[in-house]
Amino acid sequence: MKSFLMKLASVVGLLFAVVALNFLLIQFAPGDPVEVIVGEMGGASDELIAQLRADYGLDKPVIVQLGIYLGKIVTGDFGYSIYYSQPVLTLILQRLPATILLMISSVSVAVVIGTVLGIFSAKRPKGLLSHFVTIFSLAGYSAPVFWTGLMLLILFSSIIPMFPVSGMVSVRGVEGPVEYVLDVLHHLVLPTVTLASIYIALYSRLARASMLDVLGADYIRTARAKGLSERQVTYGHALRNGLIPVVTMLGLQMGQLLAGAVLVETVFNWPGLGRLAFESILRRDYPTLLGILFFSAVIVVVANLLTDLAYARIDPRIGSRKKKAPSPQKAAQ
Amino acid sequence: MDPILSVRDLVVEVDTGSAVHKVIDGVSLDLYPGKTLGVVGESGCGKSMTALATMGLLPDRFRVAGGSIQLAGEEMTTVKPSRLRQLRGNAISMIFQEPMTSLNPLLTVERQIAEVVELHQQKSRAEARDIALEMLRAVQIPSPEARLAAYPHELSGGMRQRVMIAIALACRPKVIIADEPTTALDVTVQAQIFRLLRDLQMDTETAIMLITHDLGAVAEMADEVAVFYAGRSIETGPVAQILDTPAHPYTRGLMSCTPRLKLGAQAREPDAGALGEIPGMVPPLGRFPKACRFAPRCALADARCTHDAPPKVALNDAHAALCWHAKEEAFA
Repeated sequence: MKSFLMKLASVVGLLFAVVALNFLLIQFAPGDPVEVIVGEMGGASDELIAQLRADYGLDKPVIVQLGIYLGKIVTGDFGYSIYYSQPVLTLILQRLPATILLMISSVSVAVVIGTVLGIFSAKRPKGLLSHFVTIFSLAGYSAPVFWTGLMLLILFSSIIPMFPVSGMVSVRGVEGPVEYVLDVLHHLVLPTVTLASIYIALYSRLARASMLDVLGADYIRTARAKGLSERQVTYGHALRNGLIPVVTMLGLQMGQLLAGAVLVETVFNWPGLGRLAFESILRRDYPTLLGILFFSAVIVVVANLLTDLAYARIDPRIGSRKKKAPSPQKAAQ
Repeated sequence: MDPILSVRDLVVEVDTGSAVHKVIDGVSLDLYPGKTLGVVGESGCGKSMTALATMGLLPDRFRVAGGSIQLAGEEMTTVKPSRLRQLRGNAISMIFQEPMTSLNPLLTVERQIAEVVELHQQKSRAEARDIALEMLRAVQIPSPEARLAAYPHELSGGMRQRVMIAIALACRPKVIIADEPTTALDVTVQAQIFRLLRDLQMDTETAIMLITHDLGAVAEMADEVAVFYAGRSIETGPVAQILDTPAHPYTRGLMSCTPRLKLGAQAREPDAGALGEIPGMVPPLGRFPKACRFAPRCALADARCTHDAPPKVALNDAHAALCWHAKEEAFA
């Protein structure tokens, strides 16, 4: 419990640092929202520009602006989107589920397929599948996400129209909750495959190397010496050990995954945070952008916490803080 | 009495990709119920390979190319894989050299012991747990109830080796192969482990094949000894005869390499503390001399030794050596 509180405190500190850094970073970017607004208005007098700056609080010193912003965030107020004319929080909460759906589905697909490919190719390191995994993973890892996405679009939406081109639900609308879920799943396939392709490539290679390593370990020989079958040895003894590097990698890559989601959402017009971020950068909608960056940090931090928990469940050497073996002195009593 | 494990003219080959070498070339051993056979020799002489061949656990690229291994009359070299799995861990089990890495780091002690009982004796989880607990008591682990839930990283090396022994003993095997079980452990723990193995053997009539390069361990544990050199068993016999009147020059060399405590007048002799050594090195695989493999390092070697394979010379009913000079050496 104590270590959990410590972790929570460090997470809060980390988030504050992220907010401050992002805030200052944006100050360095050329141009400000007022210039964009004025540009869209078709020009304005210097007085009006000064008036607008004062209205948005942009005339105050940067450090004061940061202080105000931090104070507001604590109360859950992320400001007002300049472009969308909505509270940033409302905007983000609308988009967040779509992004989380895309991330979770991609990660699940990548871990399951990647691990399965890795295990089978490790069982026969010189087999056909093993070579296929090596080649496929190189290709999958080298191809840029947006390119993969576009190619899949051309292939499976245009040439063979199996999947919708863009969006998350059909424009015409659907009746009934079951139809809605199926419609979303239908739209989800191509973005998921696109985003997952890199990670399938990565995890299959990682799982293959890790399983090869584990299958040669002394305790696997012990398991065979017990008379266990190859199946029992592979799934009962080797698999969990082989998964440890995959889980480690998964935790480290949450940030990258989110970055990949931005590109995929843009390619597939997926109504998530990524596309919102892309649009707010183009429109200098800084309150929205800052809000998105904050929530991205939250997603990454939460994902890392979940990874830590999963890690402790898989590997007792990590989670052993809570359950200690009795000390020799205690045992002697 | 019939041997429980009988190895005859065993040949094990390794395919290195460019050539095929014999790592074991015509080894014969007999193991009797309730007795311990000490297998000694330098690293790489084929001790562990003999053990792994017996267990059917030879690594990739190694294979049994000839001879026979019979466990209670059942031929192990041609046995079906499913039958081999029934025997492993059940009728014959093995204790490995590295207690630190031979246990699965992610499974509790209970699981690792109970697993083998559930597999071979069709016990329920609860029954297997009781047997696991009983085994932990048998190997004298303090507070065994608490240790059931422990993971290997929570145990010391000696404790882990006791758990390995508990796993090996769980199904009351007829044969245990202990491959350098104490090499990785402290000297005090070594003595405990040996005493434990001996006590357990007295209760169960288990035959033990003790692989070691420690002649002290052999003197303490073994009834019979087989000395290995370069993939061959070069001298076999009762432990007292091997240690007191070694017939093969290599065995003699090994003896002179072992430090002994001398007291009184003996200690004041000019070369009392001097340790012997065997000149040269074990020849690398594939470069074994054609006739006697020890000839290049042997002080007694003559023309005959480098041209003709040495005969097996019986010094008495139980004691034999693979050497042209066995007789003269024994009575020298």
